[in-house]
Amino acid sequence: MDMTTQQTAPPPLPRPAPRAQRPAARGATRPGDRIFLGLSRGSGVLVLVIMAAIAAFLTYRAVLAISKDEANFLTAFEWNPSGVPPRFGIAVLAFGTVVSSVIAMIIAVPVAVGIALFITHYAPRRLAGPIAYVIDLLAAVPSIIYGLWGALVLVPSLDGLYGWLDQYLGWTGILEWNQGAPRSLFTVGILLAIMILPIITSVSREVFGQVPRMHQEAALALGATRWEVIRMAVLPFGRSGVISASMLGLGRALGETMAVAMVLSPSFDIEASLLDPGGGTFAQNIAGKFNEATEMGRDALIASGLVLFVITLLVNGAARLIIARRKEYSGAGA
Amino acid sequence: MAKRIDVSGLNAYYNSFLAIEDISMTIEPRSVTAFIGPSGCGKSTFLRTLNRMHEVTPGGRVEGKVMLDSEDLYGSGVDPVAVRREVGMVFQRPNPFPTMSVYDNVAAGLRLNGKYKKSDLDDIVEKSLRGANLWNEVKDRLHKPGAGLSGGQQQRLCIARAIAVEPNVLLMDEPCSALDPISTLAVEDLIGELKERFTIVIVTHNMQQAARVSDRTAFFNLAAVGKPGRLVEIDDTERIFSNPSVQATEDYISGRFG
Repeated sequence: MDMTTQQTAPPPLPRPAPRAQRPAARGATRPGDRIFLGLSRGSGVLVLVIMAAIAAFLTYRAVLAISKDEANFLTAFEWNPSGVPPRFGIAVLAFGTVVSSVIAMIIAVPVAVGIALFITHYAPRRLAGPIAYVIDLLAAVPSIIYGLWGALVLVPSLDGLYGWLDQYLGWTGILEWNQGAPRSLFTVGILLAIMILPIITSVSREVFGQVPRMHQEAALALGATRWEVIRMAVLPFGRSGVISASMLGLGRALGETMAVAMVLSPSFDIEASLLDPGGGTFAQNIAGKFNEATEMGRDALIASGLVLFVITLLVNGAARLIIARRKEYSGAGA
Repeated sequence: MAKRIDVSGLNAYYNSFLAIEDISMTIEPRSVTAFIGPSGCGKSTFLRTLNRMHEVTPGGRVEGKVMLDSEDLYGSGVDPVAVRREVGMVFQRPNPFPTMSVYDNVAAGLRLNGKYKKSDLDDIVEKSLRGANLWNEVKDRLHKPGAGLSGGQQQRLCIARAIAVEPNVLLMDEPCSALDPISTLAVEDLIGELKERFTIVIVTHNMQQAARVSDRTAFFNLAAVGKPGRLVEIDDTERIFSNPSVQATEDYISGRFG
C-alpha cells in the first residue's frame, strides 16, 4: 500500500533536446519503422492514460468523501471519517508532510552538494570511486530498513541534540524541547534527510562531473582558486541539475511512508514545537489507517492522497519555473 | 606593465612521458611571439607552462626555470593562482562563462581580486571591451548572456575578460582556429593593438597568421613520433619566413615537411 509514492509526479530533469525533424510521412515506409513507431507511440499514450486514470480515480473517490465531510476538509484538526456525521480534515497532515520534508531538504541539500563536490573536484580518484559507490548503495536500501534504524538507533540517541537545540534555539519556540520522546516531526526530518541524501548526491555528482573542462580552465586562467572555480564555473552550471536532484529527493520525502510511520508518534494536532512528539504526514496516515478503514474511511484517505498528489505537482511546477527562468544562462547551449 | 619572459632548461611531463624537452628562450616585452610547428610538438604544452596551467592537467609536471622579469614562476613558495593573475590566457575555443552576462564575464577576474566600486567596475568593463574592439557591438546588451554572442565576439569577450585584470603577459592558444576569416581578422588587428601594452605569446597553426601578427617566431618540432617536442629555433619572424637558419624550419614553412 504505497500508492502515494507512486503518485508523485516525475521530477523536472533537464529537458532532452527538441526532437529531430521527423522524416516526411509520405512515400514508402518500411515495416520496421511502422512497428517501432506504433510501439513507441503506444508507450507514450499509455503513460498519459495511466496518469489520467489515477487522477480520475482519486478525484472521484475524493469527491465522494469530501461531499459528506461535515468539518472543513482543509482546516479541521480531526480525523473521524467513520463517525456520524463524518468529520475529517487534512491540516495536520499537510503541515506535517511539508514541515518534515522541508527540514529534510534543509539538512540534505547542502550536505549532498558538498559530497558531490568532494567526489568530483576534491577527492583523489582512488577515493572518489568508492565513496560514489557507497552513496549509490545507500539509495538502494529499502525504506523499512531506514525505519528500523530510525526507531531503534536514531530516536534513542537524539536526547543530546535535542538538549543542545533547546539550549541555543529554544527561545524561538519552534525548537523548544519539553522533554518528550524524540518521536517528532524534527526526527522524521532528520531520517528523511538521510534517506534522500543518496539520490540528491548521485544526480548532483553527475551534473558537476559534466561541467566542461574549458569553463573550469577559463576560471583557473583568471587566477581563481579551487573554491572560486567551483563558485564561478561549477555551481552555476550545475544549478538546474541540483534543483532537479532536490526535487527528486523532495518527491521521495513527501511520499515516504514506512520510515515515517515507524519513527513518528502520531497525533492529530499541530504541536507548538517541532521537537514535540506528534503530528502526522499524508503517507504515514494512509498507511496507518487504511487496513482498518471503512468504505467511507478509505475514501477520506484517498481524498488526502489527492492533496498530496496536488502538493507534489505544485512543487514540481515551481521547480520547473525556477529552472526555466534562468534557461538562457543554463549553459545548455555551450 | 609588460614583462620579459626568460625560459631556461624547461621540461614538461605528462606522468612519466616527457612532452617537451630542454626549452630555453627569451620573450621580449611589448612584442608578439608566435609558436608554430606540427600538431603534437608541444607548443600548447609549452604555452601552458608559462602560466602554470600545465600542472592543472592530471599528471602534468614541469622542471626548469621560467623567469618573469626577476621572478621565477616555479620558485618555491610561488602561488600558481598569483601567477595566473599576472599571466592571462585565451583559449582555442571561446569559453565565456555560460551562466554569466557579457558584463559579468568581463568583471569575473576583477571580482576575484577584490572589491570594486560599481562605477569603477563599469569603467574597467567598458575600457576592456573597448580594448577588445567589442564595445560597440555589445554596449546595448551588456546584461545579456555572453554565450549569446557569435563565435568571434565570444573570443573577443574572452580577450576582454583576460585583459580586464591588467596582466603582464597574454597567452593565446590558437585563438582563431574556431573563427571565420572575418572574425580572425578582427582578432589579429586586436593583437596588433594589444602588443603596445602586453607581452603576447600566440600559438598558431596558420603560418600566414604568424607572419602577419608576430615580431618573433619560434618553430617547434618532434625528433620522431613518441619523442619529446623541442624548440628548433626562434628568430625574427621576417627571418624565419625568408631565410631560416635550420633546414627543418624551411621545410615546414614551405610545406615540404614530413
